[in-house]
Amino acid sequence: MTRSFRTGEGGRIDRSKPIGFTFDGKTYAGFAGDTLASALLANGVRLVARSFKYHRPRGIFSAGAEEPNALVRVGDGARALPNTRATQVELYEGLAAYSQNNWPSLRFDAGAAANLFSRLLPAGFYYKTFMRPKRMWQWYERRIRRAAGMGRAPDAPDPDLYDKRHAHCDVLIVGGGPAGLSAALAAGQTGARVILADEQSEFGGTLLGETGKLGGASAADWAADAVAELSAMPEVRLLPRATVFGYYDHNHLGIAERVADHLPAPTAGTPRQRLWKVRAKQVVLAAGSHERPLVFADNDRPGIMLAGAARSYLNRYGVRAGSRVLIFTNNDSAYPLAVDLAAAGGDVAAVVDLRPAASQHPAAWRMDELKIEVLRGYAVAGTKGRLRLKSATVMALNADGNEVAGGAREIACDAIAMSGGWSPAVHLFSQSRGALEYDEVLAAFVPGRAVQATRSAGACNGSFDLHRCFLEGFDAGKAAAADAGFTAEDEQRPLPAATQAKPGPVRMINPVPSIRPVGQGPKHFVDFQNDVTAADIGLAAREGYASVEHTKRYTTTGMGTDQGKTSSLNALGLLADQLALAIPDVGATTFRPPYTPVTFGALAGRDIGELYAPLRRTPMQRWHEDAGAAFEDVGQWKRPFYYPRRSETKEQAVRREVLAVRNSVGILDASTLGKIDIKGPDAAALLDWIYTNDWARLGVGRCRYGVMCREDGMVLDDGVTARLGEEHFLMHTTSGNAERVSAWLEEWLQTEWPAMRARCTVVTEHYATVAVAGPNARRLLAALAAGIDLGIDMGNAAFPHMSVREGVVAGIPARVFRVSYTGELSYEINVKARHGLTLWRALLTAGERFGVMPFGTEAMHVLRAEKGYIMVGQETDGTVTPLDLGMERAISTRKDFLGKRSLSRADMTKPDRKQLVGLLTEDPDDVLPEGAHIVAEQPGKPPLQAQGHVTSSYYSPTLGRSIALALLRGGRGQLGRQVFVPREDCGSSAATVVDPAFYDPKGVRLHG
Amino acid sequence: MQKYSIFSLIRNAIDYHTGWERAWRSPQPQPEYDVVIVGGGGHGLAAAYYLAKEHGITRVAVLERGWIGGGNTGRNTTIIRANYLQDESTALYGHALKLWDGLSQELNYNVMYSRRGVLTLAHTEHELKEFSRRHHANRLNGVALEFLTPAQCQAFCPILNISPASRYPVLGGSLQREAGTARHDAVAWGYARAADARGVDIVQNCEVTGFRIANGRIEGVETSLGYIRARKVACVAAGHSSVLAAMAGLRLPIESHPLQALVSEPVKPVLHTVTMSNAVHVYVSQSDKGELVVGAGIDAFNSYAQRGALRIIEEQAAALVELYPIFSRLRMMRSWAGIVDICPDASPLITKTPVGGLYFNCGWGTGGFKATPGSGHVFAHTIAEDEPHPIAAPFRLDRFASGALIDENLAAAVAH
Repeated sequence: MTRSFRTGEGGRIDRSKPIGFTFDGKTYAGFAGDTLASALLANGVRLVARSFKYHRPRGIFSAGAEEPNALVRVGDGARALPNTRATQVELYEGLAAYSQNNWPSLRFDAGAAANLFSRLLPAGFYYKTFMRPKRMWQWYERRIRRAAGMGRAPDAPDPDLYDKRHAHCDVLIVGGGPAGLSAALAAGQTGARVILADEQSEFGGTLLGETGKLGGASAADWAADAVAELSAMPEVRLLPRATVFGYYDHNHLGIAERVADHLPAPTAGTPRQRLWKVRAKQVVLAAGSHERPLVFADNDRPGIMLAGAARSYLNRYGVRAGSRVLIFTNNDSAYPLAVDLAAAGGDVAAVVDLRPAASQHPAAWRMDELKIEVLRGYAVAGTKGRLRLKSATVMALNADGNEVAGGAREIACDAIAMSGGWSPAVHLFSQSRGALEYDEVLAAFVPGRAVQATRSAGACNGSFDLHRCFLEGFDAGKAAAADAGFTAEDEQRPLPAATQAKPGPVRMINPVPSIRPVGQGPKHFVDFQNDVTAADIGLAAREGYASVEHTKRYTTTGMGTDQGKTSSLNALGLLADQLALAIPDVGATTFRPPYTPVTFGALAGRDIGELYAPLRRTPMQRWHEDAGAAFEDVGQWKRPFYYPRRSETKEQAVRREVLAVRNSVGILDASTLGKIDIKGPDAAALLDWIYTNDWARLGVGRCRYGVMCREDGMVLDDGVTARLGEEHFLMHTTSGNAERVSAWLEEWLQTEWPAMRARCTVVTEHYATVAVAGPNARRLLAALAAGIDLGIDMGNAAFPHMSVREGVVAGIPARVFRVSYTGELSYEINVKARHGLTLWRALLTAGERFGVMPFGTEAMHVLRAEKGYIMVGQETDGTVTPLDLGMERAISTRKDFLGKRSLSRADMTKPDRKQLVGLLTEDPDDVLPEGAHIVAEQPGKPPLQAQGHVTSSYYSPTLGRSIALALLRGGRGQLGRQVFVPREDCGSSAATVVDPAFYDPKGVRLHG
Repeated sequence: MQKYSIFSLIRNAIDYHTGWERAWRSPQPQPEYDVVIVGGGGHGLAAAYYLAKEHGITRVAVLERGWIGGGNTGRNTTIIRANYLQDESTALYGHALKLWDGLSQELNYNVMYSRRGVLTLAHTEHELKEFSRRHHANRLNGVALEFLTPAQCQAFCPILNISPASRYPVLGGSLQREAGTARHDAVAWGYARAADARGVDIVQNCEVTGFRIANGRIEGVETSLGYIRARKVACVAAGHSSVLAAMAGLRLPIESHPLQALVSEPVKPVLHTVTMSNAVHVYVSQSDKGELVVGAGIDAFNSYAQRGALRIIEEQAAALVELYPIFSRLRMMRSWAGIVDICPDASPLITKTPVGGLYFNCGWGTGGFKATPGSGHVFAHTIAEDEPHPIAAPFRLDRFASGALIDENLAAAVAH
C-alpha cells in the first residue's frame, strides 16, 4: 500500500511538471525540482537500500551530500552510476534507479543473514580468524569480497565526455547559502573577480527550506534576488551544481561541476562533468554544516532521518517525512520542524528532548499552542518495524543521562526526525591545513587558525543563526576582496533582517541508553553506511586501538562513501568517553580530499584515448603511414619500426632493409633525434663538463661523439655534437632522452653554474633529419647536393667522417653531417622541418637507380649492433660506466667532468665489473633472447649465479649468423672463453666471448 | 598472548566481546633498553619482533612519534611482489615474499596476504626487452614470472583495455602469481601485538628529539618523554630518516617526496589481480572492501608535508581510465599522501653507520611495504649481530662512496 506524502502546496517543486521515474523497476511520479530522494519519500518509499555489513534495511537519512544510506545505482549499462546518493540526484523524465547490495531483492535480502551472526562479527573480527588452514585465505577472501562492495561498476566504457578548465579569481566562495551569497555580494560589488560555487542546482542553501520571512520576502525570494544581482555583475561567475572538493596548496582548489547529470544524457558535444582548477587569491568558505544523528538503539530503521532533512523535505520539496513523525533531539534546532509540520497539517507524535530543561527557542514556545507533546529528559530507547519504522519506545532518563528509567511508552510513528547537534563543514578548511578547535557549547569542531588565504563564514564557522550567517558572510567577502586589492566605492549592504535565534546548548548523550547495556542488545549505529556501532567503538578502545586513527581504521568508521560526515563527531565522543578523555584530547582524524567523491572521468578529462599523451610526429610521418610502416613507441614519438612489403614478416623486412644499407644505400627518418643548440662564450666549457671527452679543441665544422655521465659515473646519454662556430654547438641526444638531457643541462646551468655564459635551446622539432647510409650514400647525395664539396674527386679530406657542412640539398638549404651509426659511409641531412617531406621524397626519387631503401629503427638496431655500437637504455641501464663499455679513450684525463670522481671509486675500477662484449653462439642460427642471463658453467637447477646478461641480440643478415652484445662480469678478460646462456626450456646455449665489433672493426667502410 | 581464532571469537561473543585483551600494552618507557627502535611503522615493528623472537633480545622499545603504522605503512597501496631487476634486490624482496607466506599464522593476526598475482604491463618494445631481462634474472633466482601476450593479459584481467588503437597499446604482461596484496594496518598491528607479547615496549606519542653520542658510540635518545638510555638505536623513520640522521651528525643520500594514493568508492568485485604499468603510469588493485586502490608517481618536489598536488591525481585518473575504460564513472573517494625516502639508486639502506650502535633502515622509496617482513628480519640480524645479514650486506650506506650501487631506477629507458 502506498500513499502520497506530498503536501497540498508549497515547496520549490513545480507541480505543473510531473516526472515519471522508476525505482527497482517500479514506476513512480515526482515533480520537476524533486530529488530522487524527495520523490521516493513523496511516494511513500521508505526502504531504499541495504547496509554494507549487516544488510540492514535502510531508508533516506539526509537531504544532501552527507547521505550514508540511500546509495542507489542510477542508469543502466555503460551509463550506470553506482553508489549515487539519492539525495543529490535531480529527477529527470525516465530516470531509472536501482537498489544495491541485495539478493534476491531489496525486501528479501539473503545477505541480512549476517544480522543473525552479527555477534560473531564485531569490529575487526576478520583480523582474528580466517587464518587456518593457511591456504584457505584465498577462498575466504573471495567470499568476503563478494559480500563487500556496494554497487556494481558499469560493464562498458563510458560514452560521455569530460572537460577541464583552469580559472583564476580574486575571491572563490564555496557555498551559496546565506553566508556565501552575502560574501559574493560583498566581494562582487568591489569589482573583484569572484567565483561562487554551490553543489546544488539552485543557490540559496538552507534558505530554500526556510519558512520565515526575510525583510518581507520569503527567504528563497531573497536568495533569488541576490542571485539576480550577482548575475548582473560582470566579474562574478556563478557555478551551480559544482562541488568544491579539494583544497590544495597555494590556494589551488578543485571543483567538480555536474554539467549534465540532471539530464538523461549530455546533449551532443557537451561534457557530462567539468573539472575546474581554480587558483584563488582569497577563499571564503561558506560550506554550511551537517546535522548529526543520535546514537540510540535501532536508530537505523527506514523512516528515521535527520530532523533538518525532514524539514528540508517538507519546506523545499513539499514532502512529509511520515504520516506521524516523532521528533528526537538534544538541541533546539529540531523545534521549528515541529512547527512547520503542524502548519502543513502533519501529525507530530511528540518531541522527545534529551534535555530536562525547557528549550528557550521561539519555536519551542509554540509547542503547547500547537498541542504537541514535549517529553523533556526523555529518550528514545528503541524502535520497532522491520522494513519501515512502526513505533518508538520512549523512556525517561535518569539525572546523569546514562540510564533509562521508569516505564516504557510505545509511541506509534512512521518517522523519527532526530537531531544530535550540528557539525560545521570544516572539511575544506582542514584540507587547507587550517587548525581545528573544539567548541564545547556546539559540541563540534570549528575552524581555528588558517594557514592559507582563507576565511570561514556562517554555519561552517560555527555560526548557526541566520543573522550571523549574513553578517559573517558579508564581512568575509568584503575582507577577502580587500586582501585581494579590491574595495567598494559605495558599499551596499543588502542584508535582510533575520531573527537572531541562538542555538540552544547541546546535551551530548552518546550513546543514548536503552534497556539493555550498549552492545548487548539492539545496535546503536554510529556510522550507518559501514555498520559501525557504539559497541564497536568501545571494543576498539578496549583492545588498544585507541588512537583516533586506529579506531577509525579498526572499526572502519568514517571510511564509507560519506567519509564520516555525520558520524565522525559521534565516534569521537564515544571514544573519548571510553578513554575518559575530553574530545579535543582525543583529536580529530584528518579530513582528506575529496569532500564528496569525484568521478575518475572528470579527473581524467580528455587525457585519454589518443590524447592520453601527446603524439609527436615527424614531417615525414604521413609518408611512413602511407608506406604501411609498422611503428614503435619511443617516448612520445611513433617511429617507423620497419616497412613490411606485402606478405613480409618482420624478420624478412628487416633483413631486406639491412642488406640494402650494407650493399647500396638506405634512408632513415632520424628527425626524432634530440637536438640542442648551445651558444655562448662558455659553450665549449659547458660541453667539457657534461661530456667525458675534450671539446675545447674541436675545430669548427667538426663533429665528435660524446658520452655523458650522471654524478655517479653511470652513462646518461650519448650522441654526436658538432661545432658550428667558435661559440656555437649543436648537440644530438638519443630520441627518448632529449627532454632529460635538456633538463640536465638546464639544471646544471641554472643551479650550479649560473655564471657560465652558455644558452641551450631545444631545436628538435625545428629540423627534419634524414640519415643516408650505405656505400652509395655519397653518390646519392651528390645527385642532390649543391654547394657542398662531398669530396667525390678530392677524396675524403674535403668532407671527412665526423664533420659538418652547410649547403643545399634537393634545392633546400641544409646542414649535412657526415656521421655514422650503421658503420657505413653515412650522412645526416638537417633541413627546416617544413621541407622534411620534400627532402625525403627527393632522396627516394634520386635514389631509385641505387635501389634506395627506407629503413626503420629495427634495421638501425641491427646495423649498429653488427658494428658493436651501444644503444643507451639497452647496453646501459643506469649501472654501466663508459669504462664498462670499453670507452677509455673517450674519457679525458686532462679535465674534470660530471661523474669523473665517481669513476675512480673502489667499486668502479674492479676488474670483475660487467663489461661490454660480443657473444657468438655455437649454433650460428641460434639467436639468444635479449635479457637472457649468462652463466660460467653448463647450467644446472636454479639458483644460478649470473655472470651477466645479453643486452642486444639479432640475426645479422650481413654476417649470416646470430650476434649478441652482452654485459659480462670481467668480460674483456674473457675473450675467447665459452659461456652458457640458460634458456626458458631449461636447456642452454653455448657461446664464445668475442670483441663487440662484429663487422668492419677497423672502420674502413665509414671512412670510405 | 590471547589467541585469536574462530573459537576464541565464539567464546568472546558469549560475553559480548568484553573479554578481549589489549592487542598491545601502552607502557611508559623504561629508563634503559638494549635496543631502541625509532619509528613504529611496519619495518620498525617487524625488526622489534624478530629481535625478540630470533635473537632473544627483549629489552626493546619501539618509539613512535604518532600512532603505530601511521606513516607509509598505513598509506601505501599494499602491493607485494619480488620481480626486481638486480640480484641483490631479488634476494631481499624474495626473502620478504617467503616470510609473507605464513605471516598471519606466525603472528596469529590475519594480515590478509592475498596471492592474487601482480601483472606488470609493457607498452613499448623497450619495456618488453626489460621484461625479458627481468624474467631471465628472476628465473635464475628461482622466482617464477610468466610472460603474457596482450590477449592472455586480457584473459587474466578481462576488463583491461588492450586495444591496439590505444595511445600506448598493451604489448605484453609479466605476471608474478605468488605476488599480491596484504592489509597494511594489520601488518603493523600484527607485528605490534606479537612483539608486545614477547616483551617489547611499544611507546606511542613519543618523539625522538636527539641522540646522545659519546666516543663515536650511541648512548641513548632524547625524547618528548625524557631521556632513554640505549645500547643500540635503530632508526626506521622513512621520510624523516634524514632528519634523524642529521641529529646524529650524519648525512644520508636520501630525498623525501610526497607520494599520493587514492581509493574509489567500494564496488562489487571487478578487478581480481593487481596491475602495474609504467608507460600508462598507474597501479591498481581492489581491496577486500571493494575499493579500487590506486597509485602512481611521486610529486616531484621535496617535502615533509603529507600532501600533494591535484595534477598528480589527474594523471593517475587518466592512466586508470585509459587502462580500464569502465572505471570512468566510478569515483575517487579519498586521496592522501605519504612521504617517501628515495635513494639515488632507488634501493634501500639497511646499514650500520659511522656511529657505533646506531643503525638505519630507510630509503625504501615508493616500494617499502612489500619488503616489511624481510626488511625487519634482516635488520634485526644486523642490529643483534652488529654485522649485516648477508642479504642486507649490499644495502650498506658506504655503497655510495664505493660505487657498489644497486640501481633499480627503470629510468635509463629508451632507444635511438
